[in-house]
Amino acid sequence: MNRFDFLRPASVAEAVAAAAEPGSAYLAAGTNLLDLMKIGASRPERLIDISRLPGLDRIEWLADGSVRIGAMVRNADLAYDARLAKAFPSVAEALLSGASAQLRNAATVGGNLMQRTRCAYLQDTASACNRRVPGSGCDALYGENRLHAVLGWSENCIAIHPSDFCVPLVALDAVVEVEGADGRREIVVDDLHRLPGATPEKETALAPGELIVGLRLPAAAAAFSANSRYLKLRERTSYAFAVVSAMAALRIEDGTISEARLALGAIAAKPWRVREAEAALLGVTPSVEAFARAAEIALAEARPSGDNAFKIELARRITVRALTLALEGTPAVMPALPASPFSTDPGASHVA
Amino acid sequence: MSLSISLTINRQSRTVTLDDPRVTLLDLLREHLYLTGTKKGCDRGQCGACTVLVDGRRINSCLSLAASLDGAEITTIEGLAVGEALHPVQAAFIACDGFQCGYCTPGQIMSAVGLIAEGRAGSDPERIRELMSGNLCRCGAYQGITEAVLEAQKTMTAEKGRDAA
Ligand SMILES: Cc1cc2nc3c(=O)[nH]c(=O)nc-3n(C[C@H](O)[C@H](O)[C@H](O)COP(=O)(O)OP(=O)(O)OC[C@H]3O[C@@H](n4cnc5c(N)ncnc54)[C@H](O)[C@@H]3O)c2cc1C
Ligand code: SF4
Ligand code: FES
Ligand code: FES
Repeated sequence: MNRFDFLRPASVAEAVAAAAEPGSAYLAAGTNLLDLMKIGASRPERLIDISRLPGLDRIEWLADGSVRIGAMVRNADLAYDARLAKAFPSVAEALLSGASAQLRNAATVGGNLMQRTRCAYLQDTASACNRRVPGSGCDALYGENRLHAVLGWSENCIAIHPSDFCVPLVALDAVVEVEGADGRREIVVDDLHRLPGATPEKETALAPGELIVGLRLPAAAAAFSANSRYLKLRERTSYAFAVVSAMAALRIEDGTISEARLALGAIAAKPWRVREAEAALLGVTPSVEAFARAAEIALAEARPSGDNAFKIELARRITVRALTLALEGTPAVMPALPASPFSTDPGASHVA
Repeated sequence: MSLSISLTINRQSRTVTLDDPRVTLLDLLREHLYLTGTKKGCDRGQCGACTVLVDGRRINSCLSLAASLDGAEITTIEGLAVGEALHPVQAAFIACDGFQCGYCTPGQIMSAVGLIAEGRAGSDPERIRELMSGNLCRCGAYQGITEAVLEAQKTMTAEKGRDAA
């Protein structure tokens, strides 16, 4: 780990002012940043500790039924907030499918949104990586890339965004509140993460030094609470990142779909909302065929970036499965294995 | 740059001077305070061997910067037993054969103490396994670990009931 100066600002204004200096990085819980600093993949000169900033650790319900979540709210506290889990069950399920109980106790909302890709070549300082060293190349292109992107990638970077939490957030029109040197602004979560194009080092829409202070979920998103699921395929049952994941939410009126939301995770450099597939489900009587059609549309543009053609078919299947389970209805209690396609009824075991 | 922080560690308040802000809570405990019960496995949040309680919540001490914890209350494996009397979770790990080599055990036990305090698993072994998934055991003592958590939870609930009566 490189040497750094450690700053403990007392307010958001102080933090933002401190971050104006180049080489600064915000430290929330540190579960991603410290990890990258230990291996030299991240080398900030100044760490600005935002974990104790006052006023950022609250979940506030506004009069119109929307919710405002402070950037320092811990992933576990948000997932287990009873009102949040009732209004936005897929958000709670996605959070609980991520990392481990210990990491969720520490990890913050802002840190989860801003976490970096898990691409092994970004982490290995001996490899070429356009995100870590702009212009150096991308060793993943001809390397170990079975878990890399199948949508929205470029020859400059084929990394995926690894967050589970962000997948339902883009589907539900969540917005982040950001504070920077020029004041406060809002960014739709769908616009927060960028596709690589020719500038993969520009990972998000935040300007240098901008701080996420909060996250808002609109009241309208609660209309899906009865029929929402997040599903995540992993290489082991728990404590693993997604190979592919999907959030599906439906509103059913008189036996037809009056509104649908669909987003996929771990297939692109951003959580991937598929509005065309949502539109194709409108006014349709739900059926496996209709869901399969939506999945076809969702993955129509997909192409492998390496040894990962299997992810395209897997993403189609997880989409159909997520839509099917959303139609069955949001489970009354959180499944024992959140987001797992192998989770059975509460109390039943996946171990023979 | 030297930094002074105060911590309560296993019910004892301590002022710690960090001459380098790079030290993690894990390294502070092991290398500076000689509390070597907390183990280092991966040092990257992937194994759970370094689990301790910070303000009553289980976290990975290897991914927590000590300098950011001013004022926190830390509980490590050394802080569980009262004299010779083992904590119910420690006793249950022995009774249920919850370990083999023992390297992951302090982390498993601290994680189990955290899990029981969170109170979300009930007596469902599937939920216990899921909520203990942040602790790997290379010896594969998982069966005994799950039984130990169930057993300890039972003892602790009974003790609480008795205290309340
Ligand atoms: C072993 C392991 C397994 C994991 N598994 C999963 C998983 O399955 N699914 C999943 O989704 N995640 C997973 N994670 C990632 C985990 O969710 C993130 O590490 C965590 O959410 C980051 O939050 P933090 O508060 O620790 O952020 P930090 O590490 O403190 O910060 C992360 C980044 O965000 C920036 N940042 C933090 N807060 C703000 C803010 N308010 N405004 C602007 N920038 C900010 C920091 O500067 C830094 O660049 C895993 C992590 C580990 C170590
Ligand atoms: S895929 Fe992106 S993150 Fe990975 S090595 Fe290539 S440029 Fe770097
Ligand atoms: S040493 Fe901390 S999780 Fe492995
Ligand atoms: S007892 Fe040996 S690693 Fe768990």
